[in-house]
Amino acid sequence: MKPDDRNIRWVEMPRLGWLGKSYVPLFLDGLTTALRHLFLHKKITLQSPEGRHEVLDPPRYRGVHRLNRDAQGRVKCVACFLCATACPAHCIDIVAAESPWPDRQKYPQLFNIDELRCIFCGMCEQACPVEAVELTSFYDLSGRSREEMIFDKQKLLSVYDQTKDSEPMPSQRLAAGGQP
Amino acid sequence: MLAIAAEALVKIVLVLAGLMTAAAYLVLVERRVAGWIQDRLGPNRAGIPLTRWRLWGLGQPIADGGKLLLKGGFTPAHVDKLLYFLAPAVTFATALAVFAVVPFGSVLPGGWLPESWGVREPIRLVIAPGINVGILYVFAMGSIAVYGVVLGGWASNNKYSFFGGLRSSAQLISYELPLGLGILGIVLGCGSLNLDTIILQQAESGVWNVLLQPLGLLVFGVAACAEATRVPFDLPEAEQELVGGYHTEYSGAKLMMFLVGEYLHMITASFLIVILFFGGWHFWGLTGAGEIVTWPVAVLRVAVLLAKVFAVIFFFMVARWSWLRFRYDQLMSLAWLVMLPLGMVNVVYMAGWEAFGGRLAARLGIPEGWAMAACGWAVCVLALLATAALVPASNDNTPRRVPIEPSFSKEGDESPPTASAGLVSR
Repeated sequence: MKPDDRNIRWVEMPRLGWLGKSYVPLFLDGLTTALRHLFLHKKITLQSPEGRHEVLDPPRYRGVHRLNRDAQGRVKCVACFLCATACPAHCIDIVAAESPWPDRQKYPQLFNIDELRCIFCGMCEQACPVEAVELTSFYDLSGRSREEMIFDKQKLLSVYDQTKDSEPMPSQRLAAGGQP
Repeated sequence: MLAIAAEALVKIVLVLAGLMTAAAYLVLVERRVAGWIQDRLGPNRAGIPLTRWRLWGLGQPIADGGKLLLKGGFTPAHVDKLLYFLAPAVTFATALAVFAVVPFGSVLPGGWLPESWGVREPIRLVIAPGINVGILYVFAMGSIAVYGVVLGGWASNNKYSFFGGLRSSAQLISYELPLGLGILGIVLGCGSLNLDTIILQQAESGVWNVLLQPLGLLVFGVAACAEATRVPFDLPEAEQELVGGYHTEYSGAKLMMFLVGEYLHMITASFLIVILFFGGWHFWGLTGAGEIVTWPVAVLRVAVLLAKVFAVIFFFMVARWSWLRFRYDQLMSLAWLVMLPLGMVNVVYMAGWEAFGGRLAARLGIPEGWAMAACGWAVCVLALLATAALVPASNDNTPRRVPIEPSFSKEGDESPPTASAGLVSR
């Protein structure tokens, strides 16, 4: 780097006067800043379990997964394996079986998501052609063992049951005249 | 004889218990204040175990202390064993020993203990009352405390600790000088080295030394802050650069001794600032000034002293988040090229005042106190302005298009200012 390089924009610091060089303004500046924060500023700490972070946009938030149900209460998934293929963490494990219902060929006999392997990228949600798997705005999941953190079909459906009213599916949001 | 020993023992127990508790809870206060200044809340959870009572985090010091004490005392294989164990003990012991001569109140009224105990005189609230070289003793102990840090850094056998030890040995020794000069002005004014007498003198005249010698407070306060290695003088620890400095290799109870010892240094510094410059236990219209006291006054004096000390400690806590740590050369320049001359000015001024001040005030027809205060402030402002005028235009190594000439550079010396150009260039 040459000092006369045309791409360099020189910022000259202001020259200190006598007052500045006596350190007194700096002293007062630092002290008043600290005291202002001490007494006047609002504290932004959120006291976690009692206070919870507000999720600003639940439909876009990538939290715990859920498996959606259709109007008859059946699992929407058609066991096409697109989500498992898209998953970069290989955390989705599906066992397909012949569908007992006439409107599709296959349905998932097993549908396991390893929440500990999951990186919450949301690519399963994007890959799904029938909006069966979605990410909710639950962000604080915990468990006592690794096995407990592998969510099976039952559990993923129960997540849907808990969140279906607060976070409707994209098709339902569209039908209600909102954004998908 | 036995009565005197018993009296001293009771005081020692009181002071030790008080200091340990104070240090523990001041750490909590410091953490809460630090949190508030950073717009956080600080530790507010630890209360009574197994209940939901949090008591604003008042259980935190017990948890902290218990954790440090119960931790396994790990000794790294590469350390110098003897010095490694000696260092925290030195720091801790000297920090406590200082309090032998620091008054924590005025006196208690006599005659309330049973006659057979043999204590009839009013009880002075100092562990060792009547030591007429009190300040010298404080100094001696403070100087020994340097060994704790230096030995800790050396014994750890680790580059970062060694750097911390080196830095602090230079820093603490350098700042002993302005510290001494700051006190010397007070000693000249009061004519005594006894801390009790210094308070009494301020109480009787009703004029605190800060009103007479602001320059002395400036020099002493900065030096005391540096001696306590508080920000902005915390180079021995400098956790961002030295991973904790001289106590990197320490853990458990030994680390706690270092940390508490350091905290005690700050408490000592605050006590000394209050006693020397802010009138000790004296407050106008509240505490009176005499040696003979009633119980309410005696308690009130203790309360006033402790309140003032807490105010100074609080200032130190806020100061920690107000200013940046000095660079090493800035630190040294500040000690030798700014604080030392300022201290000299203060001492010479006080000596001059003691010699000629009274006559000067009498000739001008002004009350002596007013004349002294006016002169003190004038000297302080003038000395500060003179320092500012002598500071070079640049004291950093920021690249500049037009290099700023150091103010004392020789004719034809074209070299740009370097990083080593301190507050005042050589």
